[in-house]
Amino acid sequence: MKTLIDLEKKINSELASKINTTSIKHNQIYIEIDKEDLIDVTLFIKTNKDMKFRQLIDITVVDYPEQPQRFKVVYLFLSHEFNQRMILSYFITENEVISSLTSIFPSANWMEREVFDMYGVNFKDHPDLRRILTDYGFEGHPLRKDFPLTGHTEVRYNEEKKKVIKEPVKLEQNYRNFDYESPWEGTKYIKEQTDENDKKN
Amino acid sequence: MTKKIKNLNLNFGPQHPAAHGVLRLILELDGEVVEKADPHIGLLHRGTEKLIENKTYMQAVPYFDRLDYVAPMNQEHAFALAIEKILKIEVPIRAQLIRVMFCEIGRILSHILNVTTQALDVGALTPSLWGFEERETLMTFYERASGSRLHANYFRAGGVHQDLPVGLEDDIAKFCDSFPKIINDLENLLTDNRIFKQRNVDIGIVTKDDALDYSFSGVMIRGSGVPWDIRKSQPYDCYNQLEFKIPVGKNGDCYDRYLCRIEEMKESVSIIKQCLAKMEKGPIKCFDGKITPPSKKEIKQSMEALIHHFKLFTEGYRVPKDEIYTAVEAPKGEFGVYLISDGSSKPYKCKIRAPGFSHLQSMDYLIKGHMLADVPAVLGSLDIVFGEVDR
Repeated sequence: MKTLIDLEKKINSELASKINTTSIKHNQIYIEIDKEDLIDVTLFIKTNKDMKFRQLIDITVVDYPEQPQRFKVVYLFLSHEFNQRMILSYFITENEVISSLTSIFPSANWMEREVFDMYGVNFKDHPDLRRILTDYGFEGHPLRKDFPLTGHTEVRYNEEKKKVIKEPVKLEQNYRNFDYESPWEGTKYIKEQTDENDKKN
Repeated sequence: MTKKIKNLNLNFGPQHPAAHGVLRLILELDGEVVEKADPHIGLLHRGTEKLIENKTYMQAVPYFDRLDYVAPMNQEHAFALAIEKILKIEVPIRAQLIRVMFCEIGRILSHILNVTTQALDVGALTPSLWGFEERETLMTFYERASGSRLHANYFRAGGVHQDLPVGLEDDIAKFCDSFPKIINDLENLLTDNRIFKQRNVDIGIVTKDDALDYSFSGVMIRGSGVPWDIRKSQPYDCYNQLEFKIPVGKNGDCYDRYLCRIEEMKESVSIIKQCLAKMEKGPIKCFDGKITPPSKKEIKQSMEALIHHFKLFTEGYRVPKDEIYTAVEAPKGEFGVYLISDGSSKPYKCKIRAPGFSHLQSMDYLIKGHMLADVPAVLGSLDIVFGEVDR
């Protein structure tokens, strides 16, 4: 498609039942779909002669722990032919298993392994779902919002055992996270107080 | 009588000079032929993305230097552009030229390192000695502009941190005159060298289709004959005002990628020259006091500037709620930042798309059926730097 507006129209007409919302900003097209339609939609945008999103740029997840559907899975696509970028996303709950794109894009292999490693999202039909970036024998999923910045364990060389051992993190000083937000623009606790006062009045 | 032959498993790295850092490669060998390669990465994983989520936007910039540490400013560029697009701020022309100029210096830095160490991997020592001398000169330019040779922390949303010191522009111009001769010297050593060609020609061939399927970018995709460069196709900063050519390979082998890198260095020199010619006196960051810190002089005189300064270095600036993906053409390929802001002064999510990650992933596909001795040659031409692969 020549322009993003044409592309948006085309996607909405051809894939109407599978697309939830579309929008255009920053010269990119953002599409939200349902988890079940991932393979169909990806195959369509990859092979359709007016789109040719031939390259999967990246896969990632955004964690919103306070929402019932906690993870937003994001796929970034690039069409060299039409010089367009697409951002495809859908929401899943914590224990849902999603389909793997490795059969369509071989490059999805490591990207999905990274998502599995960092967020603990499981993929169906993935050829080799192992941890990739974290240490051998690592526990937990570091990029989840409820994983502490310092981690749970630290390693050191133990002279007696003559090997590297894992211990719970001990900090000389706790990690300090200051609240720098301007009080006159309304930080959280001020807002809560004023809200309460409003209710009383 | 039949003999049972078992394949040999070989552990390559993580501490091996040809592993270009901390790559651990488990190779399955049938005699000297590689049957399977399984790269184990993550030995340099520092959790950059997690750290960035816990820092303000300005504090996050130095983490980008530590990704691809041979071309630091190119990474900062992607992050700065992402924030600028969300905040919708204009960057003054002088700042754009400075940024583009230093990105091209970064490209030369990275390509010199890659070309010469690849030559080292296949047996040529001299190019690295000659090349590293030039890298040192370029890193002094980094130092004079930003204060440090490697971890520059120089680009800001809205411009650059400070103006160039007096005389730097002239020295860069002098370098541009002398450097093409060094490229020629390197070419004399390598391009027609019999051994270098034997080790690189027809090794690690990538077809056009596979280059697309494996998410290749940068030299890896151009070497295979796809004319794609983000500087041309989705120009950022002042790239659309500059004239430069995009070298494209034909066969997609290690040798073509080497040739592309050499040509790109020549183009980079021409871009730097154009930037210098266009450079005029002027502001080097945007005027919005809520985003860029005031000068020392202003702080001494103006109460408002003092408040701005204090707020910027404690709270940081706020970025409205948005979601964006921005990519730049880093020396190694498409380097992208997928940024989600939530209206506070810290990014909610910052996914870094490193080109090396998808290049290294294809190691198994590239090396299957090659000899063991080709592993360093292919690895060298992938241009892997572990800072960005492991993040």
